[in-house]
This record gives sequence, C-alpha cells and structure tokens, in this order.
Amino acid sequence: MALIKVQNLTKDYVNEDVVTSVLHGVSFSIESGEFVAIMGPSGSGKSTLMHVLSFLDRLTSGTYEFEGRDTGSFDDEYLAELRNERIGFVFQSFNLLARTTVLDNVKLPLIYSKKKDYEILAKKALEAVGLSHRLSYYTNQISGGEKQRVAIARALVNDPAVIFADEPTGNLDSKSGNTVMSILQRLNDEGRTIILVTHETDTAKHAKRIIRIRDGNIVSDEKVKDRTIAAADKELIK
Amino acid sequence: MNFIGTIKLVIRTLLARKGRSFLTILGIVIGVAGVIIIIALGAGAQSLVLGQVTKLGTNLLNVQPGKSNEKGPPSQAFGIVVTTLTKEDADALKDQSRVPHASGVMGSVQGSDTVVWQNKDTDVAYQGVQSTYTNIVSLTMEQGRFIDEKEDRGAANVIVIGSQVRDELFGSDINPIGQVVKIKSVPFEVIGVVAKRGSFMFQNQDKQAYIPLSIAQKQLLGINYLQAIIIKVDSTDNVDQTISDVTQVLSERHRIKRAEDEDFTVRNIADAIKIFTTVTDALRLFLIAMASIALLVGGIGILNIMMVTVAERTREIGLRKAVGATNRAVRNQFLFESGFLTLLGGVAGIIIGAVVSYLVALGARFAGLDWAFVISWWSVFLAVGVSIITGVIFGIYPALKASKLNPIDALRYE
Repeated sequence: MALIKVQNLTKDYVNEDVVTSVLHGVSFSIESGEFVAIMGPSGSGKSTLMHVLSFLDRLTSGTYEFEGRDTGSFDDEYLAELRNERIGFVFQSFNLLARTTVLDNVKLPLIYSKKKDYEILAKKALEAVGLSHRLSYYTNQISGGEKQRVAIARALVNDPAVIFADEPTGNLDSKSGNTVMSILQRLNDEGRTIILVTHETDTAKHAKRIIRIRDGNIVSDEKVKDRTIAAADKELIK
Repeated sequence: MNFIGTIKLVIRTLLARKGRSFLTILGIVIGVAGVIIIIALGAGAQSLVLGQVTKLGTNLLNVQPGKSNEKGPPSQAFGIVVTTLTKEDADALKDQSRVPHASGVMGSVQGSDTVVWQNKDTDVAYQGVQSTYTNIVSLTMEQGRFIDEKEDRGAANVIVIGSQVRDELFGSDINPIGQVVKIKSVPFEVIGVVAKRGSFMFQNQDKQAYIPLSIAQKQLLGINYLQAIIIKVDSTDNVDQTISDVTQVLSERHRIKRAEDEDFTVRNIADAIKIFTTVTDALRLFLIAMASIALLVGGIGILNIMMVTVAERTREIGLRKAVGATNRAVRNQFLFESGFLTLLGGVAGIIIGAVVSYLVALGARFAGLDWAFVISWWSVFLAVGVSIITGVIFGIYPALKASKLNPIDALRYE
C-alpha cells in the first residue's frame, strides 16, 4: 500500500470567473520511507501539488489516496485532524509564532491533538534537531538556521507519517541550509517519509527520488544517482 | 483544543499586547463603571430619602394648595401660586367632630432669609409653624422650649433656632435664650434651641428656625395664605378616612361641589414615596440607557479591534490550521479573546464604579447625610453579563471570519 497515490490529479484556481489551471492531471505514488524531491521552476505547480498532498488545499479532479483511503470525502474537520496527526510542515519562511518561546512553538501542534505529554514530546523533538539548549529562547532571539530547526522539531513533534518541506533552505545561508538538509536526511534514515519541494537541483539532490514538474505536468520521475549527503553539523554530532 | 488550553492561549496573546488590550476595553470599562455608579448612587439616594420620609411616619397627610394630578408633582413645582388655603382652613380641620382621627393639625409657610444678632448674621430657612408642630414632628429641645399656643395665637415675636444657627450667632459662651435677633428688621426673642438633627430631605435641619405662623405670613412673607397644612393621623388605618374627612371639610369651606374643581390636594406620605420612586426610577432608567450607549460604543470598539487582530494574525491562523487547528478551535480562540477582554473590562469597570460610589457615599456622610453605600449583586451580575455578551456578540463576526479562512490562503497572506 502506497502512502500517497494520486491519479489524474488536476487543480484549477477560480478567480473572478477566470479559471487558471495549475495542475493538468498528474499521477504518481510515494511509498512510506521515501525521500522525494518535487522539483520545478516557479509557476510549475510544485507548491500547489504539495498543498494538495498535505491537505492545505483541495484538488479539483482526479483521485488522491492517502494511506490507502480516498481523501475526496474527507470533511474540513477530518482534514484538520490529518494535518495534525499525520503531516508535518516545514516552511520556507519558518512561520514560527512571534513573542513565543521555542518550546511553546514546538508544542503548538500538540495543543490541537489529543496527546497529553506536551512537555516531554516537545523537548524530545527539540533534542532531535539539537536545540535542547534553546528551549526558553524567544523566536526573535535565535538565528535563521535555528528557526528552521525549531520548525522541523514542530513538524516532528506529533510523530507524523510524512514531513513536507517547502523550500526549507530558501531563506538560509549555505551552512545553515546544510544542517537542515542533514537533519532531514537523518530523519529519513530513521524511516520517516520526507517530501521536499524545491527549485534548486543542488537541494533536490539530497533526496533519493526527484519528480520534475513543468507547467503542471510531470516531466520526469527518477531515482537520484549521485545523491548529496549533507555534512552533519558538528554541533549536532556531539 | 480544550477549554483551559484556549484560556491559557488567550491570556498569553492578550498579555503580549498589553497596551492595545487596555485601550480596547476602555469603552467597556467606562460603560460598566457608569452602570455601577448610577445604580449605586440611585439606590443610595433613594434609601436616604425614603429612610427619612418613613422616619416621619407614614401617617402624615399633607394638604397643598392647588389641584394636581394624583401621581404628578404638586402644582407649586410649576411655579403656580394658589392662595386659597388659609389658617382658618387649618383651624377648621382641628375640629375633632369633623376630623376625628387628626391628632395634630398645623398650617405652615416657609421662607429663607438672614438672621442678625448684633454684628453677626447667618442664613436660615425659617418655617412659620403653629404650636401643634410638636404633636406632629418629635423635636428634642436642647435649650429652652418650643412655641406655645398663646404665642401661636398672639403672633408673638419669638423664635426657636437650630443648633447650628445658635453656634454661628452666639458661639458657645453666650446663652441665646432671651437674646433678640432680627429677620428683615423684625425682632424675635430666642426662646429655644432644637437639638442637633442632621439633614432631612437634603435640608440641613440645624440651619432652620421656627417662628409663629401668623408673624411669618404677615411680617416676613406678606401673604395671608398657607403653603401647606400638615395633619398627623392617629393611626395608619385611619389615613383613608381622614383624607376623605379633610377633603369634605375643605370642599365645604371653599364651596366646591365637584371633585375636579378642588383647589387643594391631600396627599399622604405613602403617595409621596410612590411619586418619588416613580421619578427616580425614570431618571435611573434614562441614565442606564446612557451608560448602555457607552457599552455599545465599547462593543463596537471591540469589534473594530478584533477585525484588525484577525487581519493582522492571518498568517498565524493559517499556521494554526496547518498544524491541525480545526475551524472550531480557531473560532473559539478569537471568541474567547473578545469575551475575555470584555470580561476584564467589566471587572475593571465594577471596581472603578464601586470605588467611585464608595467615595461619593463617604463624601455624603461627611456632609452629614445618612447615605448608604449599596452595590447590589444584581447590578454586578448585570454588568459582568452584559460585558461578556457584548464581547461575544461583537466577537462573533471576526471569529467566524478567522475560522473560515482557507489554510493555504491564510498562510500566504502578506
């Protein structure tokens, strides 16, 4: 059973009676444990695809099966639950809450879940990204790379089936970007499914498989032969 | 998200914006404080006046010149002078065979002027009374005695003064009894001093003076009619009977055949209380309406700020939805936020209102009034209830707006 299976998926945007077709019937499937990069230039529809796959947006036609079930009939409430329990997000612009501590940011998904041990789970997730020493810092007191690691911890905290990372290194310098990629690779090594959206070939090469999109169609879908392994940050090794 | 989680989140959000939160609730604070103050002062003033009126006893009748509507204020209130009520009318009412249950009858006029002794003077409110005054109102004499029947009939130049008048004219060293004071150059011999009585019906009783009715009418006021006849009924049960006896005697004397032609009004204290409460209730209702407008304006302020807050936090809402917040959780967050804000405003308003009411009560007591500090529970519940409801009502629209945002649109919002 594939974790994600889409067939003939299309997505149109309707804006004041003007219909813009962004995805023209894409089909593929992703197994649990994969590390997939969805790659394409801006306007190719890669972000839209990710939003549909991660239940932030709904498809226009076609089918999308998640963990073997057709998602077409899921209501808003259930989609919120799926986003909470099965999906983790890492955004290009971090999207951390201002005036809030690192720990509280990581706890955020938990307060919408049925889980109880907020504190323990959040600390564990922060430990996994090497930020145990920043728990009570406010988000404006840490660096960009650290912010993205907080975001990864937040994505991780509810033990999701898949983590979606939308240009996670886009706002980072190369060293911080490397650290973030090494964390994602390590999480994948530990068995977690990662779906990365990027327009950079260098970044995409950290994944095991690249799905290339152009103008709303898949142009190629292949395994990465010369995969880049990000140098793990020294700080994280110790 | 559960209830406590939502509350914690809301408190944290509001604390992060202390200044704005405070300004947001200011309208609610003012409105609620207004309601509390109005209700408390209204209750205080009402209990003050009612307490004094009932202290007089409810078996007093007041005959006033001029016809007036049963429930309305007396015609004098409109500046109409009716001159048909006379001392002879009062004397006729003393006839025990006609008005058997009247235990005291007195004609009365009032005025105010300056009373002079040697080189000192002070203002007094004087009342022209008859010797029967002591049958009607219980007075404690500190020195001397009250006006007797002979002085009443003979219109003797005697005066009984309040304790404060005595203090201001004579100080503590001089015995006032036997001294001659002057009002409008008319000499009066001081025959008594009334013990301290405090204030009554917003009048300082200790600044009063009593002189025989006739001399007040003729020499001070230059009139030959009465401003009121006061009748004490021997028992509350006989009040209605006495009203009809009095009405009959006066109608005969004034040759009035039909009730609607009467040129006088007989009221009892109970009626006066009713009129007083009607007037103050209406006034209070009006003031509460004004305070409600303040609350409404405060509510619109809340609406405005919540709209801004939702717009400002669109990305935050998107993020919350992305990590699993349901529409309901987002709606509750914003609804709680506005409800909690207004609750806070309500509580602050109650505290301010109570403090102001207390200070007024303190001031009133300092001024010698027997003012009760009353904060009724219902006004507190009303204020808290209304402020929370205001918050929820004016918070619903922004909260629904926030909850209905599409997560991806919200996340992308710039």
